[in-house]
Amino acid sequence: MIRVKFENITKYYTLFNPGGIKNFLLHFTKHVKNIKKDKFLALDNISFEIKDKDVIGIIGKNGAGKSTTLGLIAGVLKPNKGKVVINGRIAPLLELGAGFHPDLSGRENIILNGILLGMSKKEILSKIDSIIEFSELDEFIDQPIRIYSSGMMSRLGFSVAVHVDPEILLIDEVLSVGDFKFQEKSKNKIYEFKEKGKTIIFVSHDIGMIKELCTKVILIDNHKLLYQGDVDKGVEIYEKL
Amino acid sequence: MILIESKGYMLNQIHYYKDLLLVLTGKDIKVRYKSSYLGYLWSLANPLFLALIFYFVFKVVTKVKMENYTLFLISGLFIWQWINNAIMMGTNLYISNASLIKKVNFPRNFLVIASTLSEGFNFLVSIPVIIFFMLYYGEYPALNWLFLIPIILVPTFLFVYSLSLFVATVNLFFRDMERIIGLLLTFVFYLTPIIYPLKMIPDKYQQLIFINPFAPLVITWQNLFLHSTLEIKYFMISILYAIIAFSVATYTYTKLKYKFAELV
Repeated sequence: MIRVKFENITKYYTLFNPGGIKNFLLHFTKHVKNIKKDKFLALDNISFEIKDKDVIGIIGKNGAGKSTTLGLIAGVLKPNKGKVVINGRIAPLLELGAGFHPDLSGRENIILNGILLGMSKKEILSKIDSIIEFSELDEFIDQPIRIYSSGMMSRLGFSVAVHVDPEILLIDEVLSVGDFKFQEKSKNKIYEFKEKGKTIIFVSHDIGMIKELCTKVILIDNHKLLYQGDVDKGVEIYEKL
Repeated sequence: MILIESKGYMLNQIHYYKDLLLVLTGKDIKVRYKSSYLGYLWSLANPLFLALIFYFVFKVVTKVKMENYTLFLISGLFIWQWINNAIMMGTNLYISNASLIKKVNFPRNFLVIASTLSEGFNFLVSIPVIIFFMLYYGEYPALNWLFLIPIILVPTFLFVYSLSLFVATVNLFFRDMERIIGLLLTFVFYLTPIIYPLKMIPDKYQQLIFINPFAPLVITWQNLFLHSTLEIKYFMISILYAIIAFSVATYTYTKLKYKFAELV
């Protein structure tokens, strides 16, 4: 089953920066002209398919378009040309704990975060014990998370995100969360997803990790799709760039 | 754009949106009341304090003749507080949730619905204070409040939500909107019969009050609290303004929502 499909995707960013409404109105004609002119190409006519059980590593230099690709898959961005088709529930492990509120307890934040990630309240409540156990934050869970360290907060965020039970998992350099022990644990969790046959899309500069985890790579260079397929070959091309 | 094949998908979505709404609104209310034990009193303090100032200026200093002035002030100030706070909160809503907007795909307007509802909740819990003042002046709320309040809440919510959504969206493009909106709201506050009654506006300007989209709504609430009546004329105009605001805001939001992640 095809989980993610990009059909001739082109994505521009409009560099719209009027510096406030005052400036915009004062230099109205100039700004209107600039809206059409100031475009930045992020992805140029890219097509690929990601199927069930695929573990895809997206590699490329900084600013090549990797994050844009993830944003399009996550559905927070819309392409200017082409079509994105997504089949299944997505769990974005992109920014852990996005939307956490410092004044609420760990437990309350689990519910808040879980809802925003697309779980129903019933589903969260049925998983909450397992989420707390995975995060190892048992003794702090009813404390407001403003007293948490940043590592603890990421652990909580990671625990919620992996409990979404997704068909597609998006990972953006977040495997280095928490202490050594928790990093091992989160890696094991990712391997668990892999064994279950989930689709994993992994963006990282950690080539070792890509080689270890992924079954295929997509290499984006200069906003174009340079290579897709075999991991070793993709990495080889990437390292020569 | 996103395709999900499953039975009962629509029904699931409706359940999900209900959960999302309840959790987000609950969060906003909880945060306010948690950060200080006096949360409830704080939400009353501002309009009551304003009422005290205007009472001093108009009753004690300038001695303007107005019947039931205290009650009149309070009935307008509490509803104004809902409108004002929700819109001011809207200006920064998307910017303060930047990390969420950038990475997670959820219906963005739910943040605005939640903040509008939580401010609306504050308005509802301030109604007992209005009743307290009524009793103090020897007046009683009527039974028809029980169905008139929910009826008037509908266009009020729609109107406040739409304006919040609009400023929240536009503020992403023009970051100085916040200041302009603050200024505009102060301006509108004095143009709306909140600290002076409609009757005191000279006849030749009376009709101009309908140009102010905030006025019919405030007047509708004042009539309910002071006379326990629903003035159909003002109520209908409130609905009209609510629908116009909703259409404009929804259009703007729908057109621009996929740009949010690029802008925050």
